[in-house]
Amino acid sequence: MFKPLQPVSGAAKVILGIAFFVLFVGAWSIATFGGHVPPTFLADPATMVREAINLFVEFDFAYDIAITVWRVVGGFVLAAIVALPLGILMGTYKAVEAFLEPFVSFARYLPASAFIPLLILWAGIGETQKLLVIFIGSVFQIILMVAVTVGSVRRDLVEAAYTLGARDGGIIRRVLIPASAPDIAEILRLVLGWAWTYVIVAELIGSSSGIGHMIVDSQALLNTGQIIFGIIVIGCIGLVSDFLFKAANRRLFPWSLA
Amino acid sequence: MSKLIIDGVNRIFPGVRGAAPTEALKPTSLEVQDNDFITILGPSGCGKSTLLRIVAGLDRPTAGRVLLDGEPVLAPGPERGMVFQSYTLFPWLTVQQNICFGLREKGVSPSRQREIAAHYVGRVGLTGFEHHYPKMLSGGMQQRTAIARALANDPKILLLDEPFGALDNQTRSLMQELLLGIWEQDRKTVLFVTHDIEEAIFMANRVVVMTARPGRIKCDLAIDLPHPRHYTIKTSPEFSAYKARLTEEIRVESLKVT
Ligand SMILES: Nc1ncnc2c1ncn2[C@@H]1O[C@H](COP(=O)(O)OP(=O)(O)OP(=O)(O)O)[C@@H](O)[C@H]1O
Ligand SMILES: [Mg+2]
Repeated sequence: MFKPLQPVSGAAKVILGIAFFVLFVGAWSIATFGGHVPPTFLADPATMVREAINLFVEFDFAYDIAITVWRVVGGFVLAAIVALPLGILMGTYKAVEAFLEPFVSFARYLPASAFIPLLILWAGIGETQKLLVIFIGSVFQIILMVAVTVGSVRRDLVEAAYTLGARDGGIIRRVLIPASAPDIAEILRLVLGWAWTYVIVAELIGSSSGIGHMIVDSQALLNTGQIIFGIIVIGCIGLVSDFLFKAANRRLFPWSLA
Repeated sequence: MSKLIIDGVNRIFPGVRGAAPTEALKPTSLEVQDNDFITILGPSGCGKSTLLRIVAGLDRPTAGRVLLDGEPVLAPGPERGMVFQSYTLFPWLTVQQNICFGLREKGVSPSRQREIAAHYVGRVGLTGFEHHYPKMLSGGMQQRTAIARALANDPKILLLDEPFGALDNQTRSLMQELLLGIWEQDRKTVLFVTHDIEEAIFMANRVVVMTARPGRIKCDLAIDLPHPRHYTIKTSPEFSAYKARLTEEIRVESLKVT
């Protein structure tokens, strides 16, 4: 079981994965029920569950979750629509790369959260501003990573396509894009994960709904149970979206595994 | 008139970062007649691949020109089919889709594409594997698919760069018979690069020997063995005589390299 790179069986994998969560909740329970941490700093698991039910029943938390998911997905899809064609062009044509690469590399390091005050000035505190934060946080990352992926497609495959009569358009459509598709899907999965951190920051500042907003409200009331539950919900949604992405990749690109 | 004329072609690779330029190929001339099966034999690094890539249009000569049916070769195209030493099947396409790649690029109707693919799948003995992805095939099967993919385009000339170099001896000799069988039926013009002397004699009606780097043609030997050839011919006295002669030619060149 502890040989380098030796695979473990499916059952062992599930048990080990669950074991971590059991240990985690166990440590949390000892710290809180055992009275080692005052309840104002950290609620115990039972309180958290009670607060969670309270959130759904009294504060319509399901609506907050839906709003947050909508913002992440909306901003992320917009970013992908803009970034994918640009990234592919940049990876394909060295001239486009020379033109865009310096700016995109610079823009990539601009922290999306630092734009929030500016975006509030420009777009108010409505949905547009939230979507823009996600958009700015994601778009440059996707462009750059897609460009690198497309640019590193095996040259001999491109050459083979040329000797089979493909022209430049065919090379892009029938070689570069399909060859990098699994990696592009992986990039999108990764960036979607980052988009989740941007949305919460956007909701912490100037928002009246969403998971982030609930967390700020709970902080004012020192309700650590609700804060922890909010964080756990975000983690769970991330887990589900990751799982969906991976399942979709397996279905879409059976050739890249096997 | 000759089918393919290679006229004074040489190739000098510019040195990188102040290094001296590499002359890979001395001015080389070769005339290939219609229906010729020519094997190019030479020690490693003598410029065989470079010459073949120039004929394919994947590389440009420093001087000289290549004519196919009187037309100068300036870029890669479907009338010069190529099989590479590395496996270059498109991993996201099945065997059948790989074979159809060039046909689709030409705008052949899907039903006709499938007919042609089925024909060549049969000829290279891959019936039953049409819907397999390259990852699920052995090296020999991948190269057979690559040959079928090049032939399906009905090229004027077939260029093969050590296509069986990575295969074990048994598979290699089966592949030689398979390719020779196809040639005996179609009489397609073939330029075949190898460093295996038996392979060169068995397949060819002319063996061209190149010198050590920088390569040039030092010997052009017609092989007068009757067709159809059976693998048992490899033990005949005529075959042995050719082999002795070429072994000597190559030995002198290989000694220069090491
Ligand atoms: N792109 C390149 N840039 C610089 N030098 C190159 C390049 N391609 C090939 N060469 C040089 O040209 C020479 C001939 O290379 P080539 O690949 O044609 O040899 P080869 O006869 O096919 O050898 P092998 O039998 O090992 O495949 C080699 O010395 C190689 O270092
Ligand atoms: Mg070579």
